[in-house]
Amino acid sequence: MRSWSLQIIAKVFATAFAVLWLMSLPVSWAVEPDEILADAELEARARALSSEIRCLVCQNQSIDDSDAELARELRILIRERLTGGDSDDEVKDYLVSRYGDFVLFNPPLRASTFAIWFGPFIFLAFGLLIAFFYLRAQRPVASQASLGLSAEERQRLDEVLNLAENSDGDSQASTEQVSEDSVQKGSGE
Amino acid sequence: MTKRLIFILPALIFVVLVGFFVWGLQEGRDPSIVPSAMIEKPIPEFDFPGEPLLERDGFSDKSMQNGKVIVVNFFASWCIPCRAEHALLTQLVEEEGITLWGINHRDKTEDAKEFLDRLGNPYERIGIDSGRGVVKWGVYGLPETLVVDREGRIRYHHRGPLVRAIIERDLLPVIRALD
Repeated sequence: MRSWSLQIIAKVFATAFAVLWLMSLPVSWAVEPDEILADAELEARARALSSEIRCLVCQNQSIDDSDAELARELRILIRERLTGGDSDDEVKDYLVSRYGDFVLFNPPLRASTFAIWFGPFIFLAFGLLIAFFYLRAQRPVASQASLGLSAEERQRLDEVLNLAENSDGDSQASTEQVSEDSVQKGSGE
Repeated sequence: MTKRLIFILPALIFVVLVGFFVWGLQEGRDPSIVPSAMIEKPIPEFDFPGEPLLERDGFSDKSMQNGKVIVVNFFASWCIPCRAEHALLTQLVEEEGITLWGINHRDKTEDAKEFLDRLGNPYERIGIDSGRGVVKWGVYGLPETLVVDREGRIRYHHRGPLVRAIIERDLLPVIRALD
């Protein structure tokens, strides 16, 4: 009885895992069976290309993901062109000639797209520059603390130490040590 | 001085941002409307057959090379904005005497016939496009309207329905300049 219920649990888990695994597969439901090419190599190229081409109807989806009629038309067109012997770049060039650079998810590098390609790095450099100057401005404060004591400060310290010496006999040895140190340091300057 | 500059900086950045946003709100800067890549390009090679039921001949790139300025309009009966602009297209043909050729995209013939029977047929020719035609013409939505000059080059391309203001400001001046 017990092993039987364990078996059921195991089966349920196995099924659940299988379903989850299937759901995690990068399957595109937009590509319909009748579009798929018999030549696996060409089909792989078509899929890779399709994922780089923007669907102009639903603009934030690639034509590989989109269910729009236009996306289907473009997917078929890409496959026809690849079958006809076009290179990937030739297919892209044709689409750009019809719809402009906007069809490409990766904008081509040219003067008008410099801001897109290099903008982030310019902002990063700007941020680093600000950080550099900010940290450098902090530095003098830190170095001032490491400087020796001024004459007034030393005098005040001696007074305090003397006060401690007089009131607390037990810690006499150690406080003398400290006051000797500070004197040595003072004379070293 | 440097310190004062730091206090002015946020206000300065604000002004620059406002300027940028105002610029972005200008007409023609809507990022969802893709600028046409077809302007100044020759018309593509195509052959759109006619449909007897629509009582108009089809046309191809060759039949467009007739020395006339032609307005090409992509339409379909299922396209609501096409209905909206139809009266204006008809008016353009009747009052301005433009040559209007239509491309009926992905439509059922009976529906297209009913559309034209009900609203009138201003098209001199109507070609049937079963799908690929829009790609050849760089068209991705309906309606879209293009103007082709005497040499068979595309000189104007408007995405979306034509409205009176656009016709008067953009379309008619282009046609008049070419005529």
